[in-house]
Amino acid sequence: MQVFHRSTNVLSRFTIFGGLFVVAGLVYGLYLVNSSPYVTQQGVAKEQPIQFSHKHHAGELGIDCRYCHTTVEKLAYAGMPATKTCMNCHSQIWTNSEFLEPVRRSWRTDESIEWTKVYDLPQYVYFNHSIHVNKGVGCETCHGRVDLMNVLWQKPTMQMQWCLDCHRQPEKYLRPRQFIFSMDYQPPSDQLDLGRKLKEEYDVHTRVTCSACHR
Amino acid sequence: MSTERASVRRALRARGLLVGVLLLPALLAGCRQDMQDQPKYDADQASSFFPDGRANRPLVPGTVVHGSFHENTAYYEGKENGQPVAVPPVKLTPQLLARGQERFDIYCSPCHDRTGSGNGMIVQRGLRRPPSFHIQRLREAPAGYYFDVITNGFGIMLNYRAQVPVDDRWAIIAYIRALQLSQNATIGDVPADQRAALDQGAAGH
Ligand code: HEC
Ligand code: HEC
Ligand code: HEC
Ligand code: HEC
Ligand code: HEC
Ligand code: HEC
Repeated sequence: MQVFHRSTNVLSRFTIFGGLFVVAGLVYGLYLVNSSPYVTQQGVAKEQPIQFSHKHHAGELGIDCRYCHTTVEKLAYAGMPATKTCMNCHSQIWTNSEFLEPVRRSWRTDESIEWTKVYDLPQYVYFNHSIHVNKGVGCETCHGRVDLMNVLWQKPTMQMQWCLDCHRQPEKYLRPRQFIFSMDYQPPSDQLDLGRKLKEEYDVHTRVTCSACHR
Repeated sequence: MSTERASVRRALRARGLLVGVLLLPALLAGCRQDMQDQPKYDADQASSFFPDGRANRPLVPGTVVHGSFHENTAYYEGKENGQPVAVPPVKLTPQLLARGQERFDIYCSPCHDRTGSGNGMIVQRGLRRPPSFHIQRLREAPAGYYFDVITNGFGIMLNYRAQVPVDDRWAIIAYIRALQLSQNATIGDVPADQRAALDQGAAGH
């Protein structure tokens, strides 16, 4: 006995065949969602508790990154400025600015200013600033033109693919050490030649073993 | 009849399974937080456990950090028998001066400017102008005095103890000495065989 009419055979073949496309489509869709700014947070400006501007401080005033991010050359962690670091200047200038009241409150009460993290790797990934900075990778390569940002946003996707792209072929991005902190460095047209030379000089290795980053 | 029903039911169940398989990645995506946010603290992380809200723990009062006692007061305090040392207690090398220049430009030049005359960017934006390092009083001040200013601050200038470690303080001081010499140099300080180059350089400007 037939429950379905013969004509539904076409339909069922169509469903089985089409199903493959649906599955493929869903997988691709998931991939797109996973690499979209909604998930990666790439390019999304983060509200901060204080309207601190890198454009003002690092760009126009020309304060070196290391004045505030003091441990970036020595440790894994770049270091966030203590309230005292802001007070070096703001105990004297712009002392009436209401934008700076949270800084003064933190100084008075010894309560931390809670910045919103912009760059945030999952905790199963190990990252280390000092090795990158000392082996010829500039801040700008990973963080973009910070000196032009009023509010910071994340430049790369921060996905594994991004790290690996450089780890497989660091010569694409290496720059001479004296330009690590400069924001307007332009790579030369023969970057690959320069990169290979620096790779030799700074003893840079390709690192793609899983345990380099997942330890 | 009953076998047909069973096969229809089986078909439906198979389809349910398929849908389930398709939705599984979506469910898994919700699980990753366990590895993402592990039960451990990173530097400067917020904590709901400690009353001050910080994962960074302060030293317990009275703690003496291992290796923090130094007999060499000249190096670690800039003083000998309570008196500021006259010259930096370190070996002067080109590397030390280069390091000093780099650190001076990072930590001092925003206010004191790159030559030490006291007209840095922050001063141009309204900070009270610090004295020039090239005035008589500061040229004669002993090296230990500079060490004290960096370590403890001076007047409205807060200290740079946390930002500049001891070895870099001496590098900076050595560099300030070099700046002071350079700003008060005469043609007599230039080796005779290099004076011609200097004249050419000056003419070029
Ligand atoms: C005057 C102090 C100061 C200077 C100079 C400075 N920063 Fe920052 N930086 C901060 C503060 C405060 C924050 C946190 C607020 C924010 O994200 O805007 C921060 C945040 C950051 C972050 C994001 C950290 C995160 O994940 O939340 C990056 C990246 C960064 N800075 C890079 C730089 C670079 C590169 C330079 C040099 C060109 C620089 N900074 C110079 C004070 C400074
Ligand atoms: C080396 C000196 C210096 C340091 C350190 C410094 N600032 Fe500033 N800041 C300035 C100057 C100068 C201005 C005014 C900029 C101008 O004149 O355009 C300013 C302006 C500001 C303003 C804008 C004030 C207003 O009313 O528009 C904010 C907010 C601010 N700073 C926050 C911070 C924070 C937060 C820190 C610590 C992470 C910090 N600053 C560290 C020198 C400094
Ligand atoms: C190879 C890429 C890379 C380079 C080069 C780099 N950073 Fe980062 N930075 C990162 C990543 C990735 C994070 C997020 C780390 C995490 O979440 O554990 C980060 C985080 C930060 C933070 C937040 C604090 C922290 O350590 O988590 C600051 C501040 C910062 N970077 C400043 C700098 C400065 C200043 C430089 C240049 C001296 C620099 N970075 C160079 C990739 C880089
Ligand atoms: C633009 C280039 C670049 C990017 C992007 C980059 N790295 Fe690196 N990384 C390097 C270089 C160069 C080295 C030095 C390799 C060597 O010679 O040992 C390095 C070294 C490391 C090391 C030390 C390896 C070891 O065995 O000691 C770790 C960990 C690391 N990177 C993690 C990361 C992570 C995680 C990311 C992504 C969030 C990342 N890196 C992105 C260039 C990069
Ligand atoms: C250069 C650093 C680096 C190396 C080497 C590396 N990973 Fe990763 N891995 C990362 C980063 C960064 C992430 C976080 C990606 C994110 O947050 O989207 C990650 C995430 C992952 C994830 C979680 C799924 C995902 O993509 O989000 C898995 C699984 C993984 N890595 C496996 C591996 C394996 C297996 C290897 C060796 C073949 C490896 N990784 C080598 C940096 C690295
Ligand atoms: C934020 C601005 C600022 C920075 C950065 C700064 N200073 Fe000062 N400095 C001042 C001011 C302002 C004075 C004058 C203080 C007063 O007279 O109350 C001063 C005074 C001095 C004096 C003179 C003391 C005297 O006897 O008159 C010395 C020496 C000095 N600073 C050294 C340094 C060194 C070394 C650094 C770098 C590690 C540095 N300063 C960084 C603002 C700054």
